[in-house]
Amino acid sequence: MNAKHDITLAINGEAYAISVEARRTLADAIREECGQTGTHLGCEHGVCGTCTVIVDGAPVRSCLMFAVQCDGASIRTVEGLADGGEPHPLQRAFMEHHALQCGFCTPGFLMLAVAVLERDPDIGDEDLLDILSSNLCRCTGYANIVKAVRAAAAEMRQC
Amino acid sequence: MAADKTAYLGRSVQRLEDPPLVTGQARFAADINFPNQLHMRMVRSSYAHGEIVSIDTSEAQAMPGVVAIWTAIDIADIGPVDFRADRAAEALKPYRQPVLAKGRVRYVGDPVAAVFAEDPYLAEDAAEAVVIEIEELPVIVSADDPPGEFAAGHGTEAAVMHHGYGDIDAAFANADTVIELDLRTGRHSGVPMETRGAIGRYDAANDILELHGAAKVPHRNQETLVKMLGRDASRMHLHECHVGGGFGIRGELYPEDILVLLAAMRLGRPVKWIEDRQEHLMCANQGREQHHLARVAVDAEGRILGIDDEFFHDQGAYIRTHGSNVANRTMCTITGPYRVPAFRAVCHFRLTNKTPCATYRAPGRYESTFVRERLIDAIAPELGIDPIEVRKRNLIAAAEMPYTIAFDEPHVSDMVLDSGDYAGLLDKAVAAFGWQALKVELARRRADGELVGAGIGMFIEEGGRGPTDGARIAVDINGEVEVITGGASLGQGFETAMAQICAEALGVDYRRVRVIHGHTDLIPYGIGAHATRATVMTGSAVDVAAKMVREIAIDAAAEMLQTPADGLDINDGTVARRNDPAGPAVTLGEIARRLAPDAAKPGQGDPGLAAEGFFTTTDTVFPYGVHLAVVRIDRGTGAVAVERFMVAYDVGRAVNPMMIEGQLVGGCIQGLGGALYEEFVYDEEGQPMAVTLADYLVPTLREAPDIEVLITEDAPSPLNPLGLKSAGEGGINGVGAAIAGAIGEAIGDPGAVRRLPLTPARVMDLLRRADAGSS
Amino acid sequence: MKPAAFSYHAPETIAEAVAILAEVAPEDGRVLAGGQSLVPTMAFRLARPAHLVDINGVEGLDRLVLDGDELSIGACVRHAAFHRPVVEGCLGPLLSSVARHIGHYPIRQRGTFCGSLAQADPASEWCLAAVTLGATMTAMSVRGSRQIRARDFFEGIMTTALADDELLTEARLAIPPSDTRFGFAEFNRVAGGFAIAMVLAAFRLEDGVITEPRLGVGGVEERPRRIAEAEAALEGRAPGAEAFRAAADAAAGAVDPMEDINTSAGYRRDLVATLAFRALEQAGRALEQAGA
Ligand SMILES: Cc1cc2nc3c(=O)[nH]c(=O)nc-3n(C[C@H](O)[C@H](O)[C@H](O)COP(=O)(O)OP(=O)(O)OC[C@H]3O[C@@H](n4cnc5c(N)ncnc54)[C@H](O)[C@@H]3O)c2cc1C
Ligand code: FES
Ligand code: FES
Repeated sequence: MNAKHDITLAINGEAYAISVEARRTLADAIREECGQTGTHLGCEHGVCGTCTVIVDGAPVRSCLMFAVQCDGASIRTVEGLADGGEPHPLQRAFMEHHALQCGFCTPGFLMLAVAVLERDPDIGDEDLLDILSSNLCRCTGYANIVKAVRAAAAEMRQC
Repeated sequence: MAADKTAYLGRSVQRLEDPPLVTGQARFAADINFPNQLHMRMVRSSYAHGEIVSIDTSEAQAMPGVVAIWTAIDIADIGPVDFRADRAAEALKPYRQPVLAKGRVRYVGDPVAAVFAEDPYLAEDAAEAVVIEIEELPVIVSADDPPGEFAAGHGTEAAVMHHGYGDIDAAFANADTVIELDLRTGRHSGVPMETRGAIGRYDAANDILELHGAAKVPHRNQETLVKMLGRDASRMHLHECHVGGGFGIRGELYPEDILVLLAAMRLGRPVKWIEDRQEHLMCANQGREQHHLARVAVDAEGRILGIDDEFFHDQGAYIRTHGSNVANRTMCTITGPYRVPAFRAVCHFRLTNKTPCATYRAPGRYESTFVRERLIDAIAPELGIDPIEVRKRNLIAAAEMPYTIAFDEPHVSDMVLDSGDYAGLLDKAVAAFGWQALKVELARRRADGELVGAGIGMFIEEGGRGPTDGARIAVDINGEVEVITGGASLGQGFETAMAQICAEALGVDYRRVRVIHGHTDLIPYGIGAHATRATVMTGSAVDVAAKMVREIAIDAAAEMLQTPADGLDINDGTVARRNDPAGPAVTLGEIARRLAPDAAKPGQGDPGLAAEGFFTTTDTVFPYGVHLAVVRIDRGTGAVAVERFMVAYDVGRAVNPMMIEGQLVGGCIQGLGGALYEEFVYDEEGQPMAVTLADYLVPTLREAPDIEVLITEDAPSPLNPLGLKSAGEGGINGVGAAIAGAIGEAIGDPGAVRRLPLTPARVMDLLRRADAGSS
Repeated sequence: MKPAAFSYHAPETIAEAVAILAEVAPEDGRVLAGGQSLVPTMAFRLARPAHLVDINGVEGLDRLVLDGDELSIGACVRHAAFHRPVVEGCLGPLLSSVARHIGHYPIRQRGTFCGSLAQADPASEWCLAAVTLGATMTAMSVRGSRQIRARDFFEGIMTTALADDELLTEARLAIPPSDTRFGFAEFNRVAGGFAIAMVLAAFRLEDGVITEPRLGVGGVEERPRRIAEAEAALEGRAPGAEAFRAAADAAAGAVDPMEDINTSAGYRRDLVATLAFRALEQAGRALEQAGA
């Protein structure tokens, strides 16, 4: 039961060959085995969304997957958003619109928004709000997060 | 030129703290790792009250990766977690929480044992295998219940506290009308998105013990730890990293903090503890649960003659670091912004078998505002006066400032309201909200069968209490500015605000100012970030220090530029003649080089372009605000939709309006949580029913209306050089009150709401009662 | 909140999956589908299966097809597959609107339709849909395959007719006649939260009166159930507020609601009355929109 599995996680294009117990969550593997601590854990039971990462194109709660399930999968985390030194339009919009205070929820919101806007750049506002209500933020009261995502969506549509 | 001088103070500049946070480079407690570290897992009581019969760790001890398991006897030399506030409260000391339960457990979640293992998964496996036998004792789940015994000679009513002044009996005897209400605020708390975390590390080479993951009040906690652990302050250091929200509850000392430190020393390895969410919802400080029996006496014109309030404060299982502060703040602020000639409050400060309580954003004041504003709302219909008018008749006037409220009890400090134009803010808020037209519109909608109503909550906040804070500022030879403070940041933009204040005073770009906080080894004192002191206290100290650096720079430049000092000015890090800004100039970096120790000349004074400044005050600043709400109730489900909400707030002086607005909006949504959604419910056995985020309902975007914000700067504080007050708690204070009033109006019974939170089921009950009453 | 240790199996075929299940079921071996219910339960250590049989890589289980007059939903079809209508006619949009009530968008990327049925949470939208629309489940084990009808499938709170070694390979939803009208109403307290109560209603019209009415209630009793009393109140009546009110009251009177510390039986009953009426009204509106 405590046997280790040798797996490879491709995080932001980089392959991490790691050895984990089956019970190790994807979130813990990303954070501990792969050292990418931008993905946060706020509840470990699927409600808060701070652990949101993109697995093979879909935004998922990384606390609710096991790392072994992602052997060979392509994973994107907040660390991979900026293009070299150039911040992603969403990152820029979050800073410009004061969409973060403590910033603990921010990586989760960014990854959720990135996945959704990449999948559906023309998403309607109501759907967008519905999807953004997937994650919790305790500091901002959300208004500025919405502003930032709307602004980035407009920018992303243009390029 | 004059315009340039205010280039940074008062501007909504982008935050300095954002880049690492949006790129995943920030370091929160869980992101900190030391080689060879152990992981701690707590074994907690699953009973609310009981005698520990036995603890069997043998099976757990033998499990893979387990290094040690401690129970109370292993740390018998360590006392309970000490008070840092309310240090005078000698009588409350028997109620402090032991680091590990001794003999008795008193709430579900009470730490009984600590497991230290190589990996958090293994630690959790072993913790599960620890067998605790507990003999159950009777459980007290409500502060309304008759007090029982806490320990031999100590009842669960730890104190009965009195505050008062004036002739309260005469006030009620002479009253035209007396209104009496039975009111309750529900148990809720900060619930930051980051759970608690603590990493203890012992640096044996230098004999220094380090606590990483500190927050809020590192220096105060250092003092407490020094006492508890018997170490020198110079060998006990706390380090703040990124903090995922505090809201009053994070950063206080808890048993787990003590344990990681002890274990780091005794086991000789760094020890990491990261709280899980379930633990957080059972163990981190909760708050707000009070039951008030409040009376107000008024004359025929609706003028308040006296307020008399007896209340029951549910403290939970132990008294934590704040002593009885929350109850004290409730008592001090019940009269709020109003002129109340006679006052009496009696608080029954009682322990129960639930999670211990302490401060949560606007501690004691969210509660007192709810009580006071419910009373005021009840006066209005009783005397047939408009609720706004009732408030106006009773508000303390601007001309009366500073206004002193002196209590009879010698140990209760006076409240000296420093400045404010309460009626002025009320007028502005009511006008901006379109109150008059709104009331007509809502009446029309009610006539059409809708359940809609508007409510109002007025309050004073308090902040910036002293005594003293300092800051050290140094400019390096490249002109980069370092500001070392004893402040703390819980995500509220502390660094940016301090950089703006420094930039303004010194004459540099705020982006060249690096602000350091939360490290006790870098500065030996610090006020931290509690009770919204940070901006006021640390900000004032930064202002003082920056002005000192400015003077040194100008003096040096005067010599370098051969110009009298009073003819020079600093802009964007460059000193030049005031009347010839494009002429000869010298940068702060050049001045720093000139003043560098290796360039020092005899007789020049201390080397370096640096200074240390202090700000000391014994006074409190009192910002104030008005909350206005419009709600709509779904008759079929009891759900409350907040159609509009306005926070009008006077901050004295806004350092960064964008950040202040952010604080107010965020606080307001938290307040809505406590008014409508969030509640730590316990069953009759004291079992907590809200230990997941599926049960403890934090508002999501769907539940968060757009908040209208009106920030005014009408009453800068006379108590500090910049006129600063504070903004951290102005968004939350009046929410319960305003929502309660709005719901009362919506169901046609202004006084109907007696209890928060207003869950849909409770609103349905209110509707049923209102229907029964009207038919 | 770290799960207890388990052995991980990742079969690639159904045969392999059921063979492993047969072997590990006696040691609390379980199927891992979307993990959106199982993993949180394991995080709280309320479940500690010794083995997990991950079916996400099993060939063919992600099939979502129209098969005759039934919609066949394979065990790995995610909630998100229903975000856009999956079949023509009235059923597709209905399933889309129901799916949006299940948790949050990221939860729906992983969670499966069949996993919801196997989980049998009383507040599961899919369980209510299965009961109200009449679904048939296919259970496979080394002992063979069997069909279980929805009304026999749900036995109580989180208990189903599935044996420990059985894999639910697909659920088949009967495609209702194309002129069926639907309404769905749910009440929860915060976005993504489980329903406190919900109602799914469907009916057709013949000669201006309601026929084949269905009214299912979820989140109220230990398992979702069609309420015969409410359906009787609709049958043969003209659609409209009067009939809907009568049916809603009948539903509220017929349920025996669960109680918990936050929610009294009386409150749940109130919700049933409200939601049944709203679901029926919605179905009525769908009727108007269709120009009937
Ligand atoms: C925050 C949050 C909110 C949620 N809100 C809702 C909601 O509002 N409504 C709702 O209905 N659900 C909700 N869910 C649960 C979610 O819909 C789950 O996806 C669903 O309940 C189970 O599906 P799954 O595929 O994830 O199953 P898993 O979690 O993988 O499995 C659940 C159980 O079913 C068994 N099982 C799964 N598939 C099979 C199979 N094919 N054969 C045999 N046994 C099987 C497993 O062994 C396990 O015991 C929520 C979840 C979270 C985390
Ligand atoms: S940590 Fe994964 S959803 Fe909260
Ligand atoms: S910014 Fe603190 S939780 Fe969102």
